[in-house]
Amino acid sequence: MKKPRIIVLRTAGTNCDNETASAFKMAGGEPELVHINELARDEKFLKNYQILAIPGGFTYGDDIASGKILANEIKYKLNEDLKNFINSGKLIIGICNGFQVLVKAGILPGLNSGGMEATLSFNDSGSFIDKWVYLKKDTKTPGHQDTRELCVWTKGLKETIYLPIAHGEGKFIPRDKEVLAQLRKNAQIVFKYADNPNGSIDDIAGVCDTTGRILGMMPHPERHALGTQHPRWTREGLKEFGDGLAIFKNGVDYVKEKL
Amino acid sequence: MEWKIEIRNKKGVFDPLGNGIKKDIQDLGIKGVKKVNVAQVFIISGDIAEPDAKRIAEELLADPITEEYLLEAGHRAKGRIVEIAYNPGVMDPVEESTRKAIRDMGIYGVKSLRTERKYFIEGKITEGDFKNICEKLLYNKVIQHIARTPGHKDTRTQVNGYKFKLISVNVLGADDKKLAKISKDGQLFLNLKEMQEIKKYFKKLGRNPTDCELETIAQTWSEHCGHKTFRGIIEYKEEGKTKIIDNLLKNTIMKVTNELKKPWCVSVFKDNAGIIRFDEDDNICFKVETHNHPSALEPYGGSGTGIGGVIRDILGVGLAAKPIMNTDIFCFGLPDTEHKKVPKGMLHPKRVMKGVVSGVRDYGNRMGIPTANGAVLFDERYIGNPLVYCGTVGIMPKDKSFKSTKSGDLIVVAGGRTGRDGIHGATFSSGELTHESETVSSGAVQIGNPITEKKLTDTILKARDKNLYTAITDCGAGGFSSAVGEMGQYLGAEVDLEKAPLKYQGLSYTEIWISEAQERMVLSVSRENLKELMDIFKKEDVEAVVIGCFTSNNRLKLRYNGNVVCDLDMEFLHDGIPRFERKAVWSKPIYKECENKGKENFTRDLLKILSSWNVCSKEWVIRQYDHEVQGQSVLKPLVGIKNDGPGDASIIRPKFNSKRGIIISNGINPRFGLIDPYWMAASCIDEALRQVIAVGGSLKKTAILDNFCWGNTDKPDRLGSLVRASFGCYEIAKAYGVPFISGKDSLNNEYSVHGESISIPGTLLISAMSVMDDVTKAVTMDLKEKGNLLYIIGDTKDEMGGSHYNLINNCVGNNAPTVDAEAGLKIFNRMSEAAGLGLLRACHDLSEGGIAVALAEMAFSGGFGADAELGNIPGDVKKDSVILFSESNTRFIAEVRKADKKAFEGLMKGVPIGLIGGVSGKKSLRIYGAGGKKIIDAGIDELKKAWQKPLRW
Repeated sequence: MKKPRIIVLRTAGTNCDNETASAFKMAGGEPELVHINELARDEKFLKNYQILAIPGGFTYGDDIASGKILANEIKYKLNEDLKNFINSGKLIIGICNGFQVLVKAGILPGLNSGGMEATLSFNDSGSFIDKWVYLKKDTKTPGHQDTRELCVWTKGLKETIYLPIAHGEGKFIPRDKEVLAQLRKNAQIVFKYADNPNGSIDDIAGVCDTTGRILGMMPHPERHALGTQHPRWTREGLKEFGDGLAIFKNGVDYVKEKL
Repeated sequence: MEWKIEIRNKKGVFDPLGNGIKKDIQDLGIKGVKKVNVAQVFIISGDIAEPDAKRIAEELLADPITEEYLLEAGHRAKGRIVEIAYNPGVMDPVEESTRKAIRDMGIYGVKSLRTERKYFIEGKITEGDFKNICEKLLYNKVIQHIARTPGHKDTRTQVNGYKFKLISVNVLGADDKKLAKISKDGQLFLNLKEMQEIKKYFKKLGRNPTDCELETIAQTWSEHCGHKTFRGIIEYKEEGKTKIIDNLLKNTIMKVTNELKKPWCVSVFKDNAGIIRFDEDDNICFKVETHNHPSALEPYGGSGTGIGGVIRDILGVGLAAKPIMNTDIFCFGLPDTEHKKVPKGMLHPKRVMKGVVSGVRDYGNRMGIPTANGAVLFDERYIGNPLVYCGTVGIMPKDKSFKSTKSGDLIVVAGGRTGRDGIHGATFSSGELTHESETVSSGAVQIGNPITEKKLTDTILKARDKNLYTAITDCGAGGFSSAVGEMGQYLGAEVDLEKAPLKYQGLSYTEIWISEAQERMVLSVSRENLKELMDIFKKEDVEAVVIGCFTSNNRLKLRYNGNVVCDLDMEFLHDGIPRFERKAVWSKPIYKECENKGKENFTRDLLKILSSWNVCSKEWVIRQYDHEVQGQSVLKPLVGIKNDGPGDASIIRPKFNSKRGIIISNGINPRFGLIDPYWMAASCIDEALRQVIAVGGSLKKTAILDNFCWGNTDKPDRLGSLVRASFGCYEIAKAYGVPFISGKDSLNNEYSVHGESISIPGTLLISAMSVMDDVTKAVTMDLKEKGNLLYIIGDTKDEMGGSHYNLINNCVGNNAPTVDAEAGLKIFNRMSEAAGLGLLRACHDLSEGGIAVALAEMAFSGGFGADAELGNIPGDVKKDSVILFSESNTRFIAEVRKADKKAFEGLMKGVPIGLIGGVSGKKSLRIYGAGGKKIIDAGIDELKKAWQKPLRW
């Protein structure tokens, strides 16, 4: 079978593109770094890929607000193509700045109520922070649904996974109580911080859309694909792979099976 | 039509930025402020109708969930309001990106866009307090001002059409007094001898120089670019003996490398950075620069452009390397200095530190380069002249390590536009700081735009891999003048200055030529490759233009709209500088010996050293840096059970599919230099190397860099200590077999207070880069398992001079730590073998605070206690204070499994080691001294708290 094709979207200020591509490669996919201008100028086409990954970075300097200018650009330049991409059942992952872009473009959490349903704002500390965090499941879902099982990307993950965050604007704020209630009800909150580092409402670190095919998260799974990336491998023993790799494998395997 | 759109938080939304400023206000000692809110103001002018302005505000500028917008300046009911705007000529990084976003929305009428910050301060404060807050916290007059009237004129974008007029400077008719005046008034920082040489040259030509020619010469001959002190002739006196040194650099630093002849050294002291072999496909390079004077005046912009500049150095080495790691070492005044004790015209050390850290953070993080190694030091003498060292490591394919400009190649400038920013940076950094520096030289300070540099980096690496240019260099200090001058040194060059893209109109031809505007690179490109190269730039929105070509007539010829404004002989420009002849003298200072009270318990001393500024945890700084981007980190700067212990060195593996890695470490200890710069240099080298060893590396493929920051070397005592430090560099590096591959000096780090010139302590930074064959053999310093054995390796000597124990007891002492490199080499090699065999569960190098601090750090980082008996450690010391706190070099503490005892001791035969105790299950550190008595007993949580407290900001 042909390897799933992943478009790792780049633009000015993208900076986690290489390691994201590397994680997808380790997971068995075929990633390609593509600049947004190549899509906007019809040199490359979104429809030729099965997964869209928007990696971390500081697109356009995070001027105005993090992810905002790329979100705006996607809205105006790729709107139709992106809708078709989503509607055809394909996958999207936004990591860190990519999550900020998806939220600010109104794609996540994707309740289809119009406009932005959540935002990612300045950390309570007011400063950028690089730190490893434990991520757990949401236990507040009705009927104790397993949030991870409803999302393509997080199926079968360990109960608690360990990944680094590195952001200045990672405080997740839903628009209002209804949005938060919906997120819980739909089991969309796939990652919660065990120890909230930024003031996120309800400790939210990552959410998926209602279909479970679009994932956005502040922590960096691509920075824990290899065992040597773990901050304590010299104490706890060196493993070949890190916790984050499973997320990329889930995406790639889904495409192999379903698309 | 001009729209002023104010974006502010909705009521009830927490404002972390405002909250941070509130804390800073409290730090100033001003009470009564209840709340601070910050608003962003966008001033957009052009052909924009109201519905479009509303769309921009609503869809783009304001976050619908947390923010609201006002199309007109609004008022909050209570408190004071101040609006801060950038000064004319200062780049506003938000301008370009926001204009792009508005165009993306299909709105095209924007003619100019600028931003302001608006602060709302609630609470009871006096007018004086308010003024204080504004000046000390909210703006820096070097780059900003208070926007007094709403809708004030934007002078930055005003079109002041420049009218060409060739200016020549009457050098031929000037006597010595006038020559000196020309240099001073023009901020050329050329001395009389140099001015006379220039006069002689133009006399031969029978004409006066143009202003542009004079500036070009001044820049090329500046200390910053020419290293004329290091390359000059020095008459050096020490203990009555006189020695003539013809080129200090060649006789010390470079001599090490020449004599060692390491086959893996690829390019040394030639290019922007030193290059060594990494593996069969790639080479790696390393460069460390300083950006001290700009950081003194504008810490945020100064340090940001410092890191931006050294990244461009790496981008301009060979045919460009990919930046993969940054390092930062800072020296500041004491953060708890009383405000009234800060000299006039200077910023408070805490503000300098916060500004410098955030400048490096915002630039380095945006560039996507991990900042994974560094150090922060404090001394009251850095108050008027902080030191900001920024380093970058790069990787490049082997065949891309050399450049060669070809005659006939086009000169292409790519990246940012040229503006009036950074005029006179090269010459400015070669002078002394005074309280007038902030007005006279403010043009030398800039704000960087990392995203412009990131785009440039991405595209240049693409072009490099397609072999589309023959040479590349950065526009650093001296701008085009230095870049084109350097690339065309052996060929000649012609430039049409009007072709350079400008940020705004009104620049004279000279300003275009010497502007140090950031984020520009110069490439030499053959005509047939031009189109393909330009296409790569165009694809990713990077501006690039041809401004001239390289010739073969050995002349530097500049035109402005066809008028010749500079026509100089390359040989005169590069080799015409009269050599410096200077006197240097060094004599050993004698300090009062420290009083020796018969103490029995040293727990309080240990706590005090752990809480001292130099030793305490730097986590506050480290966490603000993305030290993991690119995903290559193997050892992070913070290690241990809670990821918060002080790692000895950082390791990255630049290729995901290879276990080969790079270790980066640094050694710096200006306190030893107060006693003897020779032993300071020796200690810095030893420290950098023992950190490499401590994390499991070896000296096999280790190279070092030197960065000298010194006072005014026109003064014989300053130069004398520089010479003595250079001698130390030569002898110790040679003995250890580690070559220098690159270096830089920043002299004239002095500032005047009430007319008296104060020098920084001569500060040498040694940075080490080491290739590690297998990163999975890495070792960290945190204790790992209960019951393991603890060894000390290396002799402890009575070397308390410059130690932290003496520092907390307010004295210096006279015996600085020495280095016995012959014994040291043996220790290093054996320890390296031990790590390779997996015998070290933990290893920590001994430095500031000696054995006591190292044991404490290992214990609290690992979450285990330790018991140690130090009565019989190697070395001839019997005094408890010396045993605990001496900072003798080439020592480690290692944790070894009981099962490995025999193997470890066998391997270390012939090396001084001592079994001192073990890792305990109790959470306390207990140390027994010479007489077998307990001299330290403290809980590890208490020790950690003391260590973390000072910089918990």
